[in-house]
Amino acid sequence: MVRYFTRLRVRRIYKWGGRPYIFDRKLKSYGFEYLNMSVEGQEAVTTVTPGQYILIEGNDDEYPFVAKLLKLFGDESHKQKKALVQWFLRLSEVPQNKKLLLGRSPHPQEIFYYLGRACDDEINAESILGTVHVQHVPEDTPFPEPGTKDTLYVKLSWDTKAFNVLDPVLMQDTSASTPPKPALPLFTPCASPTATPVSRGPVHHALPTPDPTVMRRAGSVSDTRATMSAGKRSTLEAESIHSASKLSASKILSAKRRGSAADTPGVRKKLQLSIGASPGKKMTRADVLCELLDEEMESEKVVSLKLSSSVSHSLQHGCSLSPMRSGCKTPNGQRRFPWKLTSISLDRLSPTALGEQDFSSDLLLAVIPLALEDEVFEAGLPTDAGSANTPKKRQATPRRNYVRGQKPTTPSRRKESAMAIREPALGVLAEEDSEDSPMQPIALTPRSKRKSAQLVSLRIRKQLNLLDNTQELISDGDDDCFVPSKKELQSSSDEEKTDSEEETVARKTRGRNCKTSVRTTHKTPSKKVTPSTPRCATPCIPSRTVPARQPGNILEEARARLHVSSVPESLPCREQEFQDIYNFVESKVMDGTGGCMYISGVPGTGKTATIHEVIRCLQHASDMDEIPTFRFIEINGMKMTDPHQAYVQILQKLTDQKVTADHAAALLEKRFSNPAPKKETTVLLVDELDLLWTRKQNVMYNLFDWPTRRHARLVVLTIANTMDLPERIMINRVASRLGLTRMSFQPYSFKQLQQIITSRLNKVKAFEEDALQLVSRKVAALSGDARRCLDICRRATEICEHSASHPSSAGLVKMSHVMEALDEMFSSSYITAIRCASLQEQLFLRAVIAEFRRLGLEEATFQQVFVQHRTLSRVEGLQPISLSEGLAVCQRLGACRLLLLEASRLDMLQRVRLNVSQDDVLYALKPVRD
Amino acid sequence: MSKRKVKETHMPVGECISQVQMILRERFCHQRLPEKPVGMESQHKHLLELLRRTAVHGESNSVLIVGPRGSGKTMLLNCVLRELLEVKDVNKNVLPVHLNGLLQTDDRIALKEITRQLNLENVVGDKVFGSFAENLAFLLEALKKGDRSSSRPVLFILDEFDLFAHHKNQTLLYNLLDVSQSAQAPVAVIGLTCRLDVLELLEKRVKSRFSHRQIHLLSSLSFIQYLDNVRSQLSLPQDFPDTKFYDEWNDSIKTLCEDQLVVDVLQSHYNSSKDFRSLHLLLMLALSRVSASKPAIKPTDLLEASRVCMVDSKANILHGLSILELCLIIAMKHLNDIYEGEPFNFQMVHNEFKKFLQRKSHSIHNFDKPVVIKAFEHLQQLELIKSMDSSTAKIQKEYQLMKLLLDHSQIMEALQKYPQCPTDVKQWAMSAFG
Repeated sequence: MVRYFTRLRVRRIYKWGGRPYIFDRKLKSYGFEYLNMSVEGQEAVTTVTPGQYILIEGNDDEYPFVAKLLKLFGDESHKQKKALVQWFLRLSEVPQNKKLLLGRSPHPQEIFYYLGRACDDEINAESILGTVHVQHVPEDTPFPEPGTKDTLYVKLSWDTKAFNVLDPVLMQDTSASTPPKPALPLFTPCASPTATPVSRGPVHHALPTPDPTVMRRAGSVSDTRATMSAGKRSTLEAESIHSASKLSASKILSAKRRGSAADTPGVRKKLQLSIGASPGKKMTRADVLCELLDEEMESEKVVSLKLSSSVSHSLQHGCSLSPMRSGCKTPNGQRRFPWKLTSISLDRLSPTALGEQDFSSDLLLAVIPLALEDEVFEAGLPTDAGSANTPKKRQATPRRNYVRGQKPTTPSRRKESAMAIREPALGVLAEEDSEDSPMQPIALTPRSKRKSAQLVSLRIRKQLNLLDNTQELISDGDDDCFVPSKKELQSSSDEEKTDSEEETVARKTRGRNCKTSVRTTHKTPSKKVTPSTPRCATPCIPSRTVPARQPGNILEEARARLHVSSVPESLPCREQEFQDIYNFVESKVMDGTGGCMYISGVPGTGKTATIHEVIRCLQHASDMDEIPTFRFIEINGMKMTDPHQAYVQILQKLTDQKVTADHAAALLEKRFSNPAPKKETTVLLVDELDLLWTRKQNVMYNLFDWPTRRHARLVVLTIANTMDLPERIMINRVASRLGLTRMSFQPYSFKQLQQIITSRLNKVKAFEEDALQLVSRKVAALSGDARRCLDICRRATEICEHSASHPSSAGLVKMSHVMEALDEMFSSSYITAIRCASLQEQLFLRAVIAEFRRLGLEEATFQQVFVQHRTLSRVEGLQPISLSEGLAVCQRLGACRLLLLEASRLDMLQRVRLNVSQDDVLYALKPVRD
Repeated sequence: MSKRKVKETHMPVGECISQVQMILRERFCHQRLPEKPVGMESQHKHLLELLRRTAVHGESNSVLIVGPRGSGKTMLLNCVLRELLEVKDVNKNVLPVHLNGLLQTDDRIALKEITRQLNLENVVGDKVFGSFAENLAFLLEALKKGDRSSSRPVLFILDEFDLFAHHKNQTLLYNLLDVSQSAQAPVAVIGLTCRLDVLELLEKRVKSRFSHRQIHLLSSLSFIQYLDNVRSQLSLPQDFPDTKFYDEWNDSIKTLCEDQLVVDVLQSHYNSSKDFRSLHLLLMLALSRVSASKPAIKPTDLLEASRVCMVDSKANILHGLSILELCLIIAMKHLNDIYEGEPFNFQMVHNEFKKFLQRKSHSIHNFDKPVVIKAFEHLQQLELIKSMDSSTAKIQKEYQLMKLLLDHSQIMEALQKYPQCPTDVKQWAMSAFG
């Protein structure tokens, strides 16, 4: 119980420290020197700087993830804090089956350098818990004896396949680049242009890539390129011109790039980042990765240069752009107010840009044409003509753009990149669009966007006029933007933040708000008064004192094998279905994509069993390293009390968290729509899908919508009984998301049933061939339900055993035994029941039939029947029974459901119907009458 | 004769009688299981074998015991359980869970009860914590963790099984039967029901998971066996302390069962229903007439008891009505005759009654209308008449349509037995036209 609350009680506050520097112009991301963390209500502040080893919040409270912080960055709003890390693994995170590869007992404090590619190295900085000390221990030296609790030791690296000796260079190099930031707040990685080549080495090591191949390449490239960038400024200029001229060719090249990027998802992700980072230049080189690294370094250098030349300039920059971001984000993220907010953002931008004229007089000129260009483009020329137009215009003003600084271009670029970040749902397309032409801002925007764009361009024109007239006035009004002091900057940006928060209706903060609100509800005293199921309780049935006896003879053995629960070695008769499902799931797991499949079939045709078999095989394959690891989760519509519990169960199986249904839905939504570290494909089996039906169908909708998300990596296999379920009960948008990957399990034919039994018996000779055939034919004719078939066989073995005089002398199960079992299970008991009924009950049934015949209806009141009954009993020479007794007789027959009765409060007016056919009754009563 | 014998016995007659009453009441009130279930040997063997396999081999099973009310389903099961628990290996190994469809009216309550009886870890004292969903997940998790060879078999006994089939989605049944069909903790699901069509109530997925074993308890007892059974039910056990009284009592029972009167009474009972519960009721009534002064059951006792058992309750009520109310009933009877069972209202009944008064011109039965209305309402309260339309508020009392819940024969019989019934009323009732 205590553990349950600890994590929730602490609320940490994260603040950037040090001076922000642009490290990625395209993405508008800012690097930061350190991150201050404090726990709410406490004075102590922990500072995290790149190079330090950190603990990251994970699923396990006691063992958080360990990583090395490589870089801290965020966007200009200072709201989203991100960090690049190099992961380290604890032994517990290594897959169970691979732990043995270590070959020795692990040190409790041991961690492994992670060389795999499957994990995203970008994390949310707010998941950082604190710092930890990590020490590299050479391979042949033993672990230091009783180390302090907080020290972790690295000896080996883990590349998802094997443990390798860790190259000490990896550890040392990265630690060498650790900048002592807090001590020197004004220090920048490259304080002066001359220092650039020198500082390059460490900088490139600190780059956000744990991928060794990338690292190596980056190193080599940096050597070759050292000559190229002798003078930073000239290189930059040259490249900018170069890129502008090359821009029109971007489409062909980007296609190429895509081809190379498709190799692995990990690489691809990086590529997209790089694409965002250097839109123009990257096409000039073959190696895109090198490009990325270089670009990032250079952008950093540019920033540093700027910082050294004019500190206030860059500070002001960060400040002025924050409204821009919030404005940009809103129309994309939240379509409700696209017009207004876009215009607001541009309004705000213009005055601030205007203010910069104090430093560079023609800056405004650069802003306006560009902005207008954007608008023109947005307004109606998203075709080739438009994109051809764009580079030309850019060519016209390339020098201005790049010499004066990146600022003029930033607004438009920022817009795109902000969009790319904000809208993961738009997926690859959005990012690729931004690659193709950096000037094509919102290629994917809906029609409304275009209207808004027109409006905005109009506004800008107005603004332009206004600026001409009242230039001074506005610059006065925006004075506070120019205050170079850091404190002022922060406060103003804070203001901006609150502004934008109000504007965006707290959309962005919803995630956190939601979390905190849940926290508070968990803490409410009422919850504590009525404790829920103890979390530590281990659900289990007490174990038996005497071990279960093993089957003694052949019949018992056969019975054990024929039990539905016994897992057969293989599933016969479902080879085709098995192969189809296997291929489907395997391809999805291999590609790291998602998908849905719908499987239908009557009960007992092996749907669930086949899927379990598929999963078993796939697990085996992933153990053998043939396919990436994946996670299998199973939910069953029948095993939950309410359709919304599906969320709770999925989340619990994924992360072992116990939350309410609504919260679970939110968490899963987040999980499947955001890229997350260490994500593996999830295979979700939804059994008895029809029970997840709700009026709004939101559970089904979500289940089928998640796989379509880019980062979800979710494969959903659904099972239900009816083939036309999607058409019958699902509304269009749900059925459409389910897709057309359908499969239908046909009922087993008698040959298949026979094969199933034979394979289960597996050479245990307990049945006569004919007997088996009889069972399978009978079941195939009725339902094709394998469960039924096995149950009958089991019952037949019992009958065989009982019929034998001595248990040990029981021979094979013969036809007669099977016949008896079939009779027992299939014959209706009504006739026997009528024969065994008492005389008055039989008489009453006859009276009912007599009354029906008289009335010509299949229904009569008790009163009418009772008159007949009385007459009949006189004919039979019996003492007529009283009405109360007659009612009792009637009720007894009703309880057995030989008769169907109305509610008994109607007394003698209740209507009576037969639940069996009249012929059956007469047939059953015949011997009695004779 | 009794006095002499009392001196010779160890115990006074009174004490013997109280002993007899105690022993037989235990039997008749089903407080004590019989030594051996009668007339259901094969079913007993089948069930015992099935449960033994669950208990010893850890084989999961499901079975339904179907039989009419009072046919001994619970008795059979309890006998089997008793026998099963006598086996040494089994004794500490099984966990029986008793549920009743009339008590556990929905899955939430049923789950709590299961958890409580299994004494899982979310039980504190006598209370089960956690929400419905949590409980379900917890129980399923618990059952899933077990396996065939190591965990204790759980016997789920579902009394009034058909009522569980009415629970929402049949979640509980699905889950129990699913466990019984999968390699989880061994369970045996035993359902008791009196509905022959119980399988039709099960949803197709639930039905597929059920093993379709049904044990039918349909007694094909002949009357001779029935008589034997009565004798053995009334006889005293061998270990009765007073041997003399034991002999006397058993002899008297033997002669009792040979008496023609008794045989007739039992025959009519047998014709009406074969189950033992109604027989026990009859014998119980007879037994309660035994006292120290009359230390044996006489045939007349049984006859009287039978009369009490078979009495017509409605006719009994008629005996207690006033003349006015009786007159109204007779008027209704005539209306029923005239209109062939169509409903009537007060005004019609009153007119009929007034016609009778005019013809006889008697002043004794001359009542005001409010008094007659009062009598009419009283009949309605006794449920001898029943309002036909549900919306009583709208229509005036006098014009509400009613139906008579009495049979002609009942009315005539009541009139015959009615103390000091005026002859003109009798004649009016007997006359064909009102």
